[in-house]
Amino acid sequence: MKESISKSILRVDSRKKIKGEAKYISDWKFKNLLFAKTVRSIKAKAKILSIELPKIPAGFYVIDKNDVPGVNRMHTVVSDHPIFAEDDVQYIGQPILIVVGPDREIIYSIASQIKIQYQEERTLFSLEEAEERSTVFTDYHYKKGKPEKAFQHAKLLIEDEFSTGYQEHVYLEPQGIAAEFKKGTLFVYGSMQCPFYVKNALLDTMNLPDNKIRVVQTVTGGAFGGKEEFPSLTACHVAIAAHKTHHPVMMIYDRSEDILCSTKRHPSKVRYKAAIDENDQVIALDIDVILNAGAYNGLSPVVLQRGIFSATNVYNIPHLNVRGRNFMTNSVPSGAYRGFGAPQTIFSIEMLFYNIAVKLGIDPLEYKMRHLLKKNDPTCTGGQIHEEVKLPEIIKKVIGKSDYYNKLKTNKKYHGIGISLFLHGCGFTGKGESVISGKIILNKNKDIVTLKVSSVEMGQGAETSLRKIVAYTLEIPIENVVCEKVDTGLIPDSGPTVASRTTMIVGGLLRQTALEMKERWNKAEILDVSKSYKHPDYLHWDDNKFHGDAYPVYSWGANVAEVEIDPITYELTIKKIDAVYDVGVPIDERTLKGQIEGGIAQGIGWATIEVMELENGKLKQSNLTDYKVPTSMDVPEINCCFISNPYEFGPFGAKCAGELPFVGAPPAVAEAVANALKKPINHLPITPERLMEIDNEN
Amino acid sequence: MKIEFYLNNEKKKIDIEASIRLLDVLREDFGLTSVKEGCGEGECGACVVLVNGKAMNSCMIPAGSIIGKSIVTLEGYKNTDRYKAIETGFMEAGSVQCGFCTPGFVMATESLLNQNPNPTDEEIKEGLSGNLCRCTGYNMIIQGVRLAIRKGAGLW
Repeated sequence: MKESISKSILRVDSRKKIKGEAKYISDWKFKNLLFAKTVRSIKAKAKILSIELPKIPAGFYVIDKNDVPGVNRMHTVVSDHPIFAEDDVQYIGQPILIVVGPDREIIYSIASQIKIQYQEERTLFSLEEAEERSTVFTDYHYKKGKPEKAFQHAKLLIEDEFSTGYQEHVYLEPQGIAAEFKKGTLFVYGSMQCPFYVKNALLDTMNLPDNKIRVVQTVTGGAFGGKEEFPSLTACHVAIAAHKTHHPVMMIYDRSEDILCSTKRHPSKVRYKAAIDENDQVIALDIDVILNAGAYNGLSPVVLQRGIFSATNVYNIPHLNVRGRNFMTNSVPSGAYRGFGAPQTIFSIEMLFYNIAVKLGIDPLEYKMRHLLKKNDPTCTGGQIHEEVKLPEIIKKVIGKSDYYNKLKTNKKYHGIGISLFLHGCGFTGKGESVISGKIILNKNKDIVTLKVSSVEMGQGAETSLRKIVAYTLEIPIENVVCEKVDTGLIPDSGPTVASRTTMIVGGLLRQTALEMKERWNKAEILDVSKSYKHPDYLHWDDNKFHGDAYPVYSWGANVAEVEIDPITYELTIKKIDAVYDVGVPIDERTLKGQIEGGIAQGIGWATIEVMELENGKLKQSNLTDYKVPTSMDVPEINCCFISNPYEFGPFGAKCAGELPFVGAPPAVAEAVANALKKPINHLPITPERLMEIDNEN
Repeated sequence: MKIEFYLNNEKKKIDIEASIRLLDVLREDFGLTSVKEGCGEGECGACVVLVNGKAMNSCMIPAGSIIGKSIVTLEGYKNTDRYKAIETGFMEAGSVQCGFCTPGFVMATESLLNQNPNPTDEEIKEGLSGNLCRCTGYNMIIQGVRLAIRKGAGLW
């Protein structure tokens, strides 16, 4: 029992999944079930003049804005997305109404006969145009030190601009949700990350009292942020339909519908102005981050916050002037995606440092290391790095494993090696954790301990990790620790399953609670112990000025990527990734490795082959034939290891890990490509076409 | 159209439109929900079943084309010793995360090993390249297959 917590155990959920016995929402059966299909806008911006319905056969229904019992807006950070369109539409794919009935073919036939007349209005698609027309949703600003003065005294000024594209989550299980009323209580079942987000949305839209709504998470086939806020919308659709029809209603998206209208990673532009002093040191940065939020703001403001608070990455820059803006465009709303704004800015600053180093004739890694944050340094928002920064050890390890310098020196053209350094702020940004104040309950009934948490298993291994934390603390077999069903009627709100917060925050609460339970173990056969999260006292944050500790602690890492480019076709092959991380203490090495390898694979997908573009407001990629994600042939050998750096407030010293690997891979690959071509790489994805252009530029 | 075929080694007769996807027949008419729909266009492999022993995407097969053929889904396959070896391999290697792609990978692994009992890593990658996984990055699935080969020595 006293084995290290990091030693891998078998995942508790794997056998059922391998056998094909795990029941995802599309596998659920309901009596008298009706299906639902959404009719969507085909215009990017228009007034709806009229909607003409065909004759609707008995037993079929059309449900729209007039059927919403409560607020016709999806509850989230900015509750601006209509559940059903009202008088206008703002993007192609926006839901206008749903057709519901017992037979899918008839539903499709009805949907295809609905005639909607639009009056088209002036559209807005690109970030450039949005900037020109100032369609700003959110405009943030923060400052550190005296940037104006630093810029005046700089020896050298360097400006650079970076951009990144859309990314689709491609969770293998498309969005799916169902609703039914049982004795006056609304039950919503579905694939989701945040049962209480869904519940809050239903409270607003369904106009039902708190105790009449229950949200049940079903086995979730991948999410990556794509099932953070989006299921709140579909949940309202099926709930309204169940309310109107008095039947259970299920809505399962097919892949092309999912790609058309679900949230995406924000396309970005990041502009840097760097002030460099006589010692070649970056003393000040002026940073301008802009994100394409799409037609509605939704939770884009918090994505932007993480983006701008990550914009100096692992570097200590004394003077900063940082602006971040979300722009409205007539396109599908962007939303949560693993990394949450940080991948865009961290790619940008890694390439900025590389570009500056090349310009100054300094070895890029050495140049980056001259600026590294260390313990007690101020963060970009004027907080403090409270933990030991083990980057020097991480870097030493990763360059040793990868033979970095040797390969850097001997590489011929079209062969490249690159290194990225990165961090990820653990848990919610700013006051987020205090506001949510996640609650958990541990119940003991004789030998069995039940965890009551709202953190969901969505593939990342949360159930295994959380049960393991409790079992190891109580020194009982993991089989005696079970998870309560994720049903908002049975569990407290421990917060959403997002922000790499599950292991560190919820796991940390479980560890404290289990320690308390252990002390009282022999005093009662049946025992409930509960706890709510309290932010450690040493942390300070001013949400108006964006000043203080944006995160309680950070996880850190370095990646080395090796690439080869075909000189004729410009096909890019990533040969190997070496990766070293400080995530505090791994809770389960194999589960963690799964997060690392999967995160890297998604990161290199975004950096290289995942192209998603708008043409007149319409996504050019509409299925998995057009939108390519890495296959087993595309993912290189990945060697990862961890260095220990226990965090006082994390369970067994654990910090965050889920998003970190995504953040690190793209800049390592981009730098390797830059080295291979001896040209800067300022845009992702790096497609063969772009590589050819870059190589042929003078 | 009347269609006779073998499903998990049992003879079945159904009366169904010839153009209906095998995927729908299996899930809806026979309740075999291990067969998953991930894309509906033959790109992701979540709906892979064995047709006369070979892995095929059931979303791309019209029911009319399966007359007289043998269809095996995971529901039938999971009682075999070969399955057990794959299960153990996948569990021990951490090949499973969200699990939605997993049944397809199990069936694709069977098809691969049936044709080539001793594949190299490259051959495993190629053999599984018709199946998408967004969680693992594949390497831990490939290790799972390698472990399955060891555990199930002599079975293929």
